[in-house]
Amino acid sequence: MEFLLVALLAVPLLGFGTVLLIPRERLGWIQGVSLGSSVLTLLLAIGIWLGFHPEKPGFQYVVSVRWIDSLDIGFRIGVDGVSLLLVLLTAFLMPLALLASLEPIRHRQKEYYAMMLLLETAMLGVFVALDTFLFYVFWELVLIPMYFIIGIWGGRNRVYAALKFFLYTLVGSLLMLVAIVWLGVYAEQHAGGFTADYERLRQLAPTIPLELQRWLFWAFALSFCIKVPLFPLHTWLPDAHVEAPTAGSVILAGVLLKMGTYGLVRFNLELFPQASFQYATLLAWLGVVGILYGALVAFAQTDMKKLIAYSSVSHLGFIVLGIFSMTVEGLQGALIQMVNHGLSTGMLFLCVGLLYERRHTRELAEFGGLARVMPLFAVLLLLAVLSSVGLPGLNGFVGEFLSLLGAARSRFLDNFLLVVLGACGVIFAAAYLLKFYHSLMFGEARNPENYHLRDLTWSERLQLVPLVLLFIWIGVYPHTFLNTSELALRGLVAKLEQLRFGVTNISVPPSTPAPERQPPATPAPEPQKLLEEQLRRMPPPRP
Amino acid sequence: MDFLIAAIPLFPLLGFMLLGISGRWWRSEKLIGAVGSGAVGISFLLSLIVLSRLLQSPETERVHTTTLYRWIAAGTFQVDIAFQVDPLSLVFTLVVTGVGFLIHVYSIGYMHGDRGFWRFFAYLNLFIFMMLVLVLSNNVLLTFVGWEGVGLCSYLLIGFWYDRPFAGVGILWTTDAGRKAFIMNRIGDVGMLVAMFLLVKQFGTLEYTAITTQAAATLPVGSEVATAVTLLLFLACTGKSAQIPLATWLPDAMAGPTPVSALIHAATMVTAGVFLVARLSPLFALAPATMTLITLIGALTALTAATIGLVQTDIKKVLAYSTVSQLGFMFTAAGVGAFSAAVFHVVTHAFFKALLFLGAGAVIHALHEQQDIRLMGGLKRHMPTTYRTFLIAALAIAGIPPLSGFFSKDAILWNVFEGAGAIGWLVLAAAAFCTAFYSFRLIGLVFHGEERFDRHRIHPHEAPPVMRIPLVILACLSVVGGLLGIPYALLPIGTNPNVLERWLEPVFAPALSLLGKVPVLTVHWEEYLAMLVATGISAAGIVLAWRLFVLRGIAGERLLEQRLGAVYTLLWRKYYLDEAYQKGVVEPVEQLSERVLWRILDVGVIDGFVNGIALVVGRFGAVLRRLQTGIAQTYAMLMLAGILALLSWLVLF
Repeated sequence: MEFLLVALLAVPLLGFGTVLLIPRERLGWIQGVSLGSSVLTLLLAIGIWLGFHPEKPGFQYVVSVRWIDSLDIGFRIGVDGVSLLLVLLTAFLMPLALLASLEPIRHRQKEYYAMMLLLETAMLGVFVALDTFLFYVFWELVLIPMYFIIGIWGGRNRVYAALKFFLYTLVGSLLMLVAIVWLGVYAEQHAGGFTADYERLRQLAPTIPLELQRWLFWAFALSFCIKVPLFPLHTWLPDAHVEAPTAGSVILAGVLLKMGTYGLVRFNLELFPQASFQYATLLAWLGVVGILYGALVAFAQTDMKKLIAYSSVSHLGFIVLGIFSMTVEGLQGALIQMVNHGLSTGMLFLCVGLLYERRHTRELAEFGGLARVMPLFAVLLLLAVLSSVGLPGLNGFVGEFLSLLGAARSRFLDNFLLVVLGACGVIFAAAYLLKFYHSLMFGEARNPENYHLRDLTWSERLQLVPLVLLFIWIGVYPHTFLNTSELALRGLVAKLEQLRFGVTNISVPPSTPAPERQPPATPAPEPQKLLEEQLRRMPPPRP
Repeated sequence: MDFLIAAIPLFPLLGFMLLGISGRWWRSEKLIGAVGSGAVGISFLLSLIVLSRLLQSPETERVHTTTLYRWIAAGTFQVDIAFQVDPLSLVFTLVVTGVGFLIHVYSIGYMHGDRGFWRFFAYLNLFIFMMLVLVLSNNVLLTFVGWEGVGLCSYLLIGFWYDRPFAGVGILWTTDAGRKAFIMNRIGDVGMLVAMFLLVKQFGTLEYTAITTQAAATLPVGSEVATAVTLLLFLACTGKSAQIPLATWLPDAMAGPTPVSALIHAATMVTAGVFLVARLSPLFALAPATMTLITLIGALTALTAATIGLVQTDIKKVLAYSTVSQLGFMFTAAGVGAFSAAVFHVVTHAFFKALLFLGAGAVIHALHEQQDIRLMGGLKRHMPTTYRTFLIAALAIAGIPPLSGFFSKDAILWNVFEGAGAIGWLVLAAAAFCTAFYSFRLIGLVFHGEERFDRHRIHPHEAPPVMRIPLVILACLSVVGGLLGIPYALLPIGTNPNVLERWLEPVFAPALSLLGKVPVLTVHWEEYLAMLVATGISAAGIVLAWRLFVLRGIAGERLLEQRLGAVYTLLWRKYYLDEAYQKGVVEPVEQLSERVLWRILDVGVIDGFVNGIALVVGRFGAVLRRLQTGIAQTYAMLMLAGILALLSWLVLF
């Protein structure tokens, strides 16, 4: 069944190629092919999910093809529970984003749809790559279509925003490239050969001396934190969101930001555990500052897109907090929160987009009294707002609760103030989101243009209703999704606790050989001894 | 039994889904009303069946839990969707569904002709569902779902008439009042959220029975954890039950339709705080500091709100402050460990306060949405049934024997006297005096005296039967409700005649034993004295109000204003609490977010730094660019200079 994962990457790429071959006059064909291939990708992703065995440890659907033998770089892909949920999120949001593009995109459609499909391939590639070089290729490949989507189909100040987005994120990724090479070189010196194989690097990782780990940790973390974006590296986000077309914002908020948080889990925690112990508190604090700061700044915004952009800073703060709690609860919460944020913020951007199509403004003050004119829209937007507020019974709550719970139970953070301040974020979330909703829906319809706005079209209903159904599904029965990733994260946390405290009470099924005991693929000069030395150098665990 | 328990919240949920999804296209108001009320009615009947089952089983086996499915599980944390029926949750269930049903029926008449008729009933059904989840849950997290869920319904229903203006501090529209309620409740909810994290950290579970048994077994009295958790939970209670310092949202919540005020903001939702304290009573019993704070806050709120209620002129605002004050009574009782007295007052208060609100609704309806009592008067003749039921409710809330309020208030006063001494008793007695006074001020200004409304335009008429019958039923309950809790002092027959206290005894026994309160059946002469004095104080309030407002009418109101002088203004402006919050909290936060964080820090410093780097790089490039002049002679000159410099370096060093 491994071909499914290859097909997942191939279908949008083939769609990209096909769109390029269709003459630009055949707009219907172009739209049909891109929608069709994105839907097919979604079906493939669901198929992969259904065929996924959450009770089996390790990566599944693994495909490994030799690429650059001398450096042991390969086309290695595979999924575990963590990446699978993000693959599903990406595949799910793409058709909605394309549907939302049919009307608003009125020039250079051919290039637009080609770029969107290329973007989808690259994003999926980021999540399934099991090779550091392949990961880096996909990571950078994401930038190119997104740069054009903002720069060509964006708003008035699009060139500034696109350039800022591109350069800002590029700075981080270049450091990551250095770290990737460095890791390979370390493997060459200590494990018998240069490698980009993620699995091999993961075996090797705990033996890397702490001084080196620190550098590598920050080289990766900086790149990821810019993408998240973690306070204070977030200022590219409001500009990019404001200028991007609706679908661009949906994908940007829904998927691109998750690449950062995914990277933190996949690379920082897995490859540099000892450095993670050291910097967890710092990053968790930045997450908490982000929660409060993003919420407060969002409250001051009058541009709808800016408001939602800053709300992302706040929501992603919960995710970072959950990740660096390094507990199963926190990581599960962070992961489900990644999905939730993708869904609810994606929906908020879709809603802003459809209002923009009707009124050509994003200023809150221009609206008011829409509840009477667009009743169905009012209901659906309310659900999106409530999901984003974290109302229990809807999806957002599950993620926020588990992230905060993880931080509260964490043996690595052990500072309850983080939890208290983080929890206060939900007050401000209610404040700015209700301000947003009330300015749109209630009060006076100040501008006569608002009197006769059309309620949702069928296409818009088709975009919004599936999202709402997922809000309820995840809110009421999150087990479906939590179960997918539980085992992978248990394995990770068990490894981290083992390294830090020497013992762990996380139960990982007996069929799993504890990761750190697996013999490395190639004989290394006594990694066990290095590991022991490393452990000795760590400060003694707190009781 | 399992199915029965799960079915209690199921029917309102079904009603909500049916009406919420398809109600828009239903033509018949009667059908919508029947479905909405019927769903709650069925729940009430089911609760009665459960009650009869519990009554048949022995006292120790009156707890039934039914688990539907595992809700959230991650790592070692897990929590279920599970409902628990026990004496305490059943009392609340019966009140919620019983009073809820009556208010649903009343709403069929009250909301007649409203374009959002279906929406109203959908929201009400959702509210009942959430309230049932709150009280029936077997763990804190599921209670939290109901807790925030009822908050959502409250928000939706306060702003139900979303295009109507509503005046208040920082409030222009009814929806603003809803938003205020939601946000102030959220402040409290953070307390509950953090309390849950502490509970999981400490006990590893959120199930009530596990928490209470483990807490009693492992924590010493006055332990830090118990104190922290209970303080945080009490913060949540002050939000939901409108206690100081989070009380100011409730009077503004009167922007909602009157049945909403009766159901949510008087009879059920606002008592959730009392429920939470009662549910976790063993934990609270382990935290004497929290208990003292609850007593203080409760008594303070009871008196403050009652005094504000003396001078308000909006009929619903008077009742709102009355509710805040009565909730204060309940918390004072809970604070001294008289949990069953608190629950008793929840029950009787649900009867007479719902009745007062529904009566007020009938009046407002008859006067075409007029809520100012200065523009009412003389309605006794036009609305005899409403008058009589309102009078019964007023007598009940004033605590005149043998009406229900007398018994529950007496139970609270006596327990406070025992637990918090004469000062506590005096504070509550003063509040009770105010209660009697403002209740009969309403009677006088609304139903007696000259007709001050526009008689040419408005012809008041008695409410239709669909509204009248619930009034009569609630009036009957307000009269006989006291029979649930007859004190031993009045009926020394060998066993405890207080049915409710006996019923709740298994629930509160652990907490009471921790507090060292062993129920003994004795009679003190002080108890009779306290009872007599309290009744006398209430009667004095009634007499004073009667003389001012029934005999003098609106002139009495002017007299009150004169006599109170500056105090009148202070009370009229509600001790300036709203203004203080607006100036002290809301505006600074707005300034902080707009000016400091966004404009200075975000745009100025952080983004300025980013753009600054770009600028520096750009400038640097602009300087370097000058080297590239494109003139070959310059390049040759530079090359020559370079060669000379290199050569001299090699020669000299």
